[in-house]
Amino acid sequence: MVGVCDCNNFFVSCERVFNPSLNGKPVVVLSNNDGCIISRSNEAKRLGIKMGQPYFQIKRFCDENGVKIFSSNYALYSDMSHRVMSILRETVPHIEVYSVDEAFIGFDTTDTEILAKTGRRIVERVLRCTGIPVSVGVSQSKTLAKIASKLSKQYPRLNGMCLMYRKEDVEKVLKNFPVGDVWGIGRRLSARLVSMGYSTAWDFYRMGKESARHIGGIGTERTWEELHGTSCIELETEERNRQQICVSRSFAEGIKEFEEMRSVIVAFASKCAEKLRSEKSLCGALSVFMRGGISASKGVPDYDSRAILLETPTDNTAVIAGEAVKALSMIFDRRGNGYKKAGVVLTDISPKCHRQTRLFDETDHEREGRFLKVVDAINAANGANTIVIASQGFDGMKVNRNHLSKHYTTDWDDILTVNV
Amino acid sequence: MTDKIEKSDIFSYDASGVVNGLLSESKVAAGFPAPSDDSCGTALNLNSLLIKHPASTFFVRVSGESMRDDAIRNGDILVVDRSVEPYDGCIAVCCIDGEFTLKRIKCEGKRVWLMPSNPDFKPIEVMEGNDFSVWGVVRYSISKH
Repeated sequence: MVGVCDCNNFFVSCERVFNPSLNGKPVVVLSNNDGCIISRSNEAKRLGIKMGQPYFQIKRFCDENGVKIFSSNYALYSDMSHRVMSILRETVPHIEVYSVDEAFIGFDTTDTEILAKTGRRIVERVLRCTGIPVSVGVSQSKTLAKIASKLSKQYPRLNGMCLMYRKEDVEKVLKNFPVGDVWGIGRRLSARLVSMGYSTAWDFYRMGKESARHIGGIGTERTWEELHGTSCIELETEERNRQQICVSRSFAEGIKEFEEMRSVIVAFASKCAEKLRSEKSLCGALSVFMRGGISASKGVPDYDSRAILLETPTDNTAVIAGEAVKALSMIFDRRGNGYKKAGVVLTDISPKCHRQTRLFDETDHEREGRFLKVVDAINAANGANTIVIASQGFDGMKVNRNHLSKHYTTDWDDILTVNV
Repeated sequence: MTDKIEKSDIFSYDASGVVNGLLSESKVAAGFPAPSDDSCGTALNLNSLLIKHPASTFFVRVSGESMRDDAIRNGDILVVDRSVEPYDGCIAVCCIDGEFTLKRIKCEGKRVWLMPSNPDFKPIEVMEGNDFSVWGVVRYSISKH
C-alpha cells in the first residue's frame, strides 16, 4: 500500500503558523515578483479567487473583501517543508519527497487497521509539531492515493485522512471524479477524453487497457493500471536526487527586447547552476520557456519552450548560461507584445560523484570545479550576484515583494516575538 | 609515499551529496594515519543540548516582563518545542483569540488559567468563547548577562 501526504494550502498555512490572527480570514500568497496567486486559504477559495490569477486583476477585489496578501517567503516555506518531511521520515518507513508540500509514503504493511492508525498519526503529528495541516490518502497505488487525499480534503468528517481500498468504494469514488483531476492525465489528454465521452475517472477505468494505451500511450496505460489497483509507479526514495531545478519569474511589464531577455535568462541559468552545485549534482539537459509573447495576428505563440541536451553533464555556470541563451535565441520572437514570464529548467539531474566523461572530453573538471567553488564562495560572502556572467548585467532585475512576511525560522533578527 | 590525495577522492559520495565517512577537507599524505581526525570527538554544540527535536523546535523572542519571576526577561530567546504535549504547570507560548502570549498553564478540573509570574499582571482564565490553543512548550530560555 502507498500513501500521499499533502500540505493543505501550504504557503498560506506557513504564514498562519506565525500569525494566528490570519485564522478564519481569506489569505493569499503571491508568486515571485508579486505576479499571480499561488496559494489560497479556504476562505479565499470560497470568495472565488482562482489559482494562478494575476494579482493586478483582483487587487481591488482583495482590498474590498479584506483578503490578506503575502509575497512569497521561500526561506520560510522551504524551512517548514523540511520540518514536515522530517516528521514524516520519523513516522513512516519510506518517503519520497515529491514537491515542497507533498510526499509519497511507503508502508511495510497491508493491515488496514495499522494503515488507518498511521495515517491519522501523521495528520496529528505534523500539525502538532509544525502547525501545518496535512491531508493523507492511502490506497493500492500512487494514483489512487492521490484521489484518496483529495477526498480527505473535501470531507471534513474524514479528519484529513482517507484510506480507500475496497473495490466498491473505489468504484463509488471514481464515478464522481472528473477524469481531468486524475494524477497523470494532463489538460490536453483530459480534453480529448471528455470529447470522446469519457468524462469521469470511472468512464476511463472501464474503457479497457488497450484503448487507454491507444489514446495516450504507455503513460496513460500506466495510469489506467494504477486506477485498477496495480501499483506501476514505484516509490522513489532516493532523496535530493530531484528531477529538475527551475528558476522562473513573471514580469510586471512584459519584456520585448532580446538583450533584456538574454540578461534575465543568464541570471536564471546562473541561479540554477548555483543550486545544482549546492546539491553536488550535474545536469544533462536544460530548457528555456517563455509565456505571453502572444500576438495573434502575427502568429507569435503564447507559450514556447526549447530544450537542449548537453554534450556532457555539467554544473558549470558558463556552459549552462551559454546553452540557455542558445535555446532562447531559437524561440525568442520580436514581433510579440512582450513576454510576461520566462524561466530556465535544468533536467536529467545526476549526482556529481557518478560523473561520466566522454571519450574526448577535454575539460579540466578539477580546475573548473575549483573556479566555481571560488565564485560560489565570493557570492556567499558578499551577497548574491557579486560575481556574475557579464551578459547577465547588474540592473533591471528589481523584484516586487511588497507583502513579505518575516524569515521567522532562518534569521535571528526575524524570529517570532511574543508580547509577554 | 608522498603523493597527496584529496580525502574526498577516497570516500564515496552517497546520493544525498554528503560525504560518507569523515567530513574533513584536510589533505593527508597517503601511508600516514591522521590520528587527529580519528581520535577526536565532536566539539560540544549547544544545539545538541537545547534541541531534542529539531523539526518541531522554534526560537521565540520575549517582549515584556510578565514572566519576570520565572527568570524570563524582556529580550530573552526561548527554545520552544512544539512536539512536547502541554502539561499542567508548563510554561508555553499560547494563542488566544489570534494573539500570542507566554504564560504558565494551570489546570483546575476543567478550568484553565494562564498564570503570569509578576504581581503587576493578572491571571487570565480561558473561557469557552475564547479561541485558545497551546502553540508550543518552552524548554529553555536564553538570557544575555
